[in-house]
Amino acid sequence: MEASRSDEPVLEVRGLVKHFPLTKGIVFKRQVGAVRAVDGIDFKLYKGETLGIVGESGCGKSTTGRLLMRLDDPTEGQIFFHGEDIAKLSGKAFKAVRRNIQIVLQDPYSSLNPRMTVGDIVGEPFQIHKEVAPKGSRLKQVQELLEVVGLNPEHINRYPHQFSGGQRQRIGIARGLALRPEIIVCDEPVSALDVSVQAQVINLFEKLQNEFGLAYIFIAHDLSVVRHISDRVSVMYLGKIVETGDEAQIYERPSHPYTQALLSAVPVPDPTLRGHRDQIMLQGDVPSPANPPSGCRFRTRCWKVQDICAVEEPELIVRKGLDHPSACHFAEIRSVIDTQVAT
Amino acid sequence: MSQDTINTTADNRPHDGDPNAPVLEVENLHVEFRTRDGVAKAVTGVTFDLLPGETLAILGESGSGKSVTAQAIMGILDTPPGFVTQGSVRFRGVDIQALPEKERRRYRGEKIAMIFQDALSSLNPVYSVGYQIGEMFRVHRGASRADAKTKAIELMDRVHIPAARQRVNDYPHQFSGGMRQRIMIAIALSLDPDIIIADEPTTALDVTVQAQVMQLLADLQAESKMGLILITHDLGVVADVADKISVMYAGRLIEQARSLDLYSNPAHPYTERLLAAIPRVDMKGQELYTIKGIPPNLTDIPAGCAFHPRCPYAQSICSEKTPPLEVVPGDRRSACHFWKEVLDGSLQIR
Repeated sequence: MEASRSDEPVLEVRGLVKHFPLTKGIVFKRQVGAVRAVDGIDFKLYKGETLGIVGESGCGKSTTGRLLMRLDDPTEGQIFFHGEDIAKLSGKAFKAVRRNIQIVLQDPYSSLNPRMTVGDIVGEPFQIHKEVAPKGSRLKQVQELLEVVGLNPEHINRYPHQFSGGQRQRIGIARGLALRPEIIVCDEPVSALDVSVQAQVINLFEKLQNEFGLAYIFIAHDLSVVRHISDRVSVMYLGKIVETGDEAQIYERPSHPYTQALLSAVPVPDPTLRGHRDQIMLQGDVPSPANPPSGCRFRTRCWKVQDICAVEEPELIVRKGLDHPSACHFAEIRSVIDTQVAT
Repeated sequence: MSQDTINTTADNRPHDGDPNAPVLEVENLHVEFRTRDGVAKAVTGVTFDLLPGETLAILGESGSGKSVTAQAIMGILDTPPGFVTQGSVRFRGVDIQALPEKERRRYRGEKIAMIFQDALSSLNPVYSVGYQIGEMFRVHRGASRADAKTKAIELMDRVHIPAARQRVNDYPHQFSGGMRQRIMIAIALSLDPDIIIADEPTTALDVTVQAQVMQLLADLQAESKMGLILITHDLGVVADVADKISVMYAGRLIEQARSLDLYSNPAHPYTERLLAAIPRVDMKGQELYTIKGIPPNLTDIPAGCAFHPRCPYAQSICSEKTPPLEVVPGDRRSACHFWKEVLDGSLQIR
């Protein structure tokens, strides 16, 4: 995938934090703590590029997506869209920016209003952003959008329940495309789909990216899907990015123990590799984000843990002997997936 | 229907002694759902057997009938709307389908146990996990409360739940997803069944936890020689654990083979296309192979081969004649008119 990569990022995130308060009491609510869903992350996104965000449930990847859309307001930090901080914008200025960042949600069953026709769903963004499509041209635009995502434009008056899961996800994508955004946040867009349908939707994402020069934030837990579609990948654990790099750096030369464990845990659809895989079995579960471990958050499950890990939080920096940033005091490259997979 | 696969132990004589006889033989199983929108043929003529200690994966997409097959074997189908219309399920030679419910109950849990996908909704939120594990001993074995609890703690230890003694009185919501699935496994294991049917046991779990749970199942299986039927859509998990794979599509078994054979050289176009659709390293930057269209609606399964509208190799015979599940060299089966050509790769994509 040759991304036309300009020097200016379309989106840059600095020190993004989201804490959800935990309260006690009904009348006199007092805050007793906070779920640190996202706890200080930085990344850049360039035009036409796909940034994959992977991690297990509760790592903050979906919250990150919601923050970029400003569906939730960040507790701290800045989100620069073409150099302008949109984290604190409001009113008209915000509305103008928001047009450029759209989202495609995971569940095509609950993210479409069952009482609206497909035409209404895909055309609804035009009612809010009237300047994008003058009234007379809306129907035509909606039909074009349906065609772009591979649906029959004649089905414009049908309701969501008349479509299959894959088709519904296409409707969601058409809605996301309607305002011709520069960035689409894809939050687990294929995880509810069957393998045979999933491939169709992934191809559609790639086609649209080439056609419209879209930048994607692709949030998913399926590592092979992320690998296929992403130019760069960030791995999250408990609200932090633990490792980031291009697709080959993360998948072939992972340096953070968590990345290595995550990759090695993915079952490979090839029975000849059974028993030959270098599988790292992690103990226990992810700790609660309301009370993350001190120092390195992965230390409670890490096999390399030393005293320093509990005291000093490792920064996400390029460490000695590495070519990409890793947040581990003892980062070292260890290839865990067989790259010589038979073709 | 596939006549060739019929095993002639039609009588209800348990086969004793022979340790290598199949523990479970499912033969020509048909299940339909009678709904307002018509009759949905969820399972059509499914036949397979399971040897002691063997892991059989039933692979299929949503709506392929894999879970319904499991429910029919367990005898926990919702009736109505679901009805077993034909076929037999034999456990060590005894047709449990024909048994009266009272007797059948003895098989359920004691001989064949099941693990469900969603542990949170399968466990009862208002009873402690210890109570729910112990229930198996109280109901099936008439154990006292105190004994049942001791057994529950033992089982929790066996599935590696830390601090079992302290946690036995906790409720399901106090456990993480992976731990809840372990509790489900503990319940299934409690009476030392010969067969465990696991219906998407790790689909709701994260990969690192999935790896732990699959490892646990493999260890337990090695300890106790249970047969395992793993129902899943995940081609990765299957490749990791299955000895034998049965692929289902639109309610039928369309291919059956040992794992290595199935992955290296599928004998049915659906399997072949499904494997091709997985994103893989060498496909980076290229378009993924897809299967056009969507799986059929079970109330309206296409005539002939159910896969023909989506099959890249389909010819006129495919829409006319339903291909039987034929025996293919190498101890495998395929329900495709052109399995020979699929195997040697000589078919041209239309």
